[in-house]
Amino acid sequence: MNSLLLTVTARVLLPGFLIFSLFLLLRGHDLPGGGFAGGLVGSAAFALFGIANGVEKLREVFNIDTIWLIGLGLFLAILSGTFSLFLGDPYLLAIWYELPFFEYTIKLSTPLIFDIGVYFVVIGVVMTIFFSLQEDN
Amino acid sequence: MQSALAIVIGIIFAAGVFLMLRRNIVKFVFGLALVGQAVNLAIFASSGMTRYHAPLIHPESLYLSYQSADPLPQAMILTAIVIGFGLLAFTIIILLRTFQLFDEVDTDELQMVDKS
Amino acid sequence: MNLLVLPIIIPLLAAAVCLLFWKTPALQRWISFSGTFLSFISICILFWHVVNYGPVAIHIGGWQAPIGINLVADALAVIMLLVCSLVGVCVHLYSIFTRNETLEKFGHHPLLQTLLVGVYGSFLTGDIFNLYVSFEIMLISSFALLSAANGKLQIEGAFKYMALNLFGSFMFLAGIGILYGMAGTVNMADLAVKMSALDDPSMATATGMLFLVAFGLKAAAFPFFSWLPASYHTPPSAISAIFAGLLTKVGVYTVMRFFSLIFVQNIGFTHELIVVMGVLTMIAGIIGAVGQYDIRKILSFHIVSQIGYMLIGFGMWTEIAIAGAIFYLVHNIIAKTNLFLAAGVINRLQGSYHLDYVGGIYRQRPYFSILFLISALGLAGIPPLSGFFAKIFLIKAGLLDGRPIVVFLMVFVGLFTLISMIKIFEKAFWKPVKEGVEIQPLPGADNPSVINSMMIPIGILAVVVVLMGFGAPIVFELCKLAASQMLDPSAYIHAVLGGGF
Repeated sequence: MNSLLLTVTARVLLPGFLIFSLFLLLRGHDLPGGGFAGGLVGSAAFALFGIANGVEKLREVFNIDTIWLIGLGLFLAILSGTFSLFLGDPYLLAIWYELPFFEYTIKLSTPLIFDIGVYFVVIGVVMTIFFSLQEDN
Repeated sequence: MQSALAIVIGIIFAAGVFLMLRRNIVKFVFGLALVGQAVNLAIFASSGMTRYHAPLIHPESLYLSYQSADPLPQAMILTAIVIGFGLLAFTIIILLRTFQLFDEVDTDELQMVDKS
Repeated sequence: MNLLVLPIIIPLLAAAVCLLFWKTPALQRWISFSGTFLSFISICILFWHVVNYGPVAIHIGGWQAPIGINLVADALAVIMLLVCSLVGVCVHLYSIFTRNETLEKFGHHPLLQTLLVGVYGSFLTGDIFNLYVSFEIMLISSFALLSAANGKLQIEGAFKYMALNLFGSFMFLAGIGILYGMAGTVNMADLAVKMSALDDPSMATATGMLFLVAFGLKAAAFPFFSWLPASYHTPPSAISAIFAGLLTKVGVYTVMRFFSLIFVQNIGFTHELIVVMGVLTMIAGIIGAVGQYDIRKILSFHIVSQIGYMLIGFGMWTEIAIAGAIFYLVHNIIAKTNLFLAAGVINRLQGSYHLDYVGGIYRQRPYFSILFLISALGLAGIPPLSGFFAKIFLIKAGLLDGRPIVVFLMVFVGLFTLISMIKIFEKAFWKPVKEGVEIQPLPGADNPSVINSMMIPIGILAVVVVLMGFGAPIVFELCKLAASQMLDPSAYIHAVLGGGF
């Protein structure tokens, strides 16, 4: 597509979209958001960039094998449940660990790893669909 | 309100089934999509039409201190929408491929599996 | 009791690792096969545990029932798991030996693993919405496997398969919505408790009919079976074998689960309807099979007909009848899969599935012909193979229940099954090839190691058919255990709701 407006806008918005998608991912457990919504926003960012600048430029920016990303996400999601197996609890029991960081506490948890896995799966799936549709044309 | 929603669900379902009985497979896929939406609405209607709050617990308290909407149908509808969207996307790709291979969208002409 | 999650996470993990190694199909084969084999081992251990100690349940994520999702294994679930995983291992071996490069490029291995996740998840879950999700996992994997070969026949078969199965999923979802509105829970054990305490059972029976449509469609019962003969003969032989063995039987399992746990308020109506559906399915399947000449199409119509037997056995609602239905289910999974695998070997040897273009295989390969004959006669019900005992148990149950017409029809349809099997054996194996027909074996047919290695899974399944025949009393005791747990679900309900892990 040869629109200057779209090209410049996509280039400016791409980092903003990605930061917003990470924000959605990290706030997902207690507030609206989560891995699925974050993944969709992130892949919308790349899709906008791809439509504005063409698939070749998108491949330069996003050169990860998308199917590998799906596998990684699925692997992380399953792995997040197995931590509780070692403690003798049922599968997928949420394990929380509060890490003191100066005066704040960072809460690390297995649902976060699960959400990150979902995030990767969603980005991988949407980008696979996008790339295969573009290459079909 | 509940009876109005039930009538609407029935109309959408009827429209979907009517489209599914057409000869053109594109109309069939549209009918399938409509039936899917009607079913999602049916799950929504089954949870009861209440005007309560969203089922979120305050950061300070441990329990839900007010009457809230039922969260389980919300989760079910969300899952059903996502699964339905994935299935429908696949159906449309198969439809595209059928048209590319056969050059026909009439089910009366798609008889290869029965004749072989 | 974390053993219960292993049949689900092992294949899922194998699928994820296969996707990580997308570029190297050789590694995918090993990972995928080890996933299938390890889940088979874990299912064997689970089987031993449940048969000795009763139903077990696990509450995923620590959330107690009836709020949380739980996995339950009782005798029926564990019998189905064992047989399906055995069949999964054999078909996987077969698909490794008949390496299909185009299929592997489209992700045959991760899709096979996710298909197994869907099947095992449907057997193990104790929550009807989780059952819907497992059905959809199985359905999407089967769509992708069916349409991966991308030819004209495959895409048309995939479209017809998909059209009806999607409608069935939507009916299932509608039923879940209405059932939730009535009972306020989606946990199967809790539903069993709440549905028996309803003051208006007629609405429950109506919802049950929605579920009967959905599961009847999945199980290819009358009048919802037409998608099966339209699509099961199109994909490559390993894939059609695993479809034939697993997918419809999951539908029968869910009919058995729902109509023994949840919808038992109006047995006079619902189960009689299931018997009538079974009889019509039996007859419709066999009438369809009479005029066919494509081996896999004949076998597909036979799948429909055999589903009828299982539905009749379940609908009669006595302990011996349900046990007979479960025995029939187990025998049929093994024999049917074996026949489809054998049809794949016939195609590889002579290049066609059509009976007019093959012939004389007995001359070339007598041992293979004997393996085929064992499975075919097992299906038709010749003693001392497993099918004979399956039919005898159902006939005895029918006579004890006072249904002479149903029994007569069962025997009559069995005769026609035998005629079809003899037709295949005669035209493909016994008679020489017709005049003027040229055999075009597939490339690699002259390589004896490939064909001999394809015989290994067929041989394993044939041995199981014979063993089931000779060990029929032992297997029938297991089936009676499962039937008694179905007729009196208190052990199941106690495992889920009464505390536990």
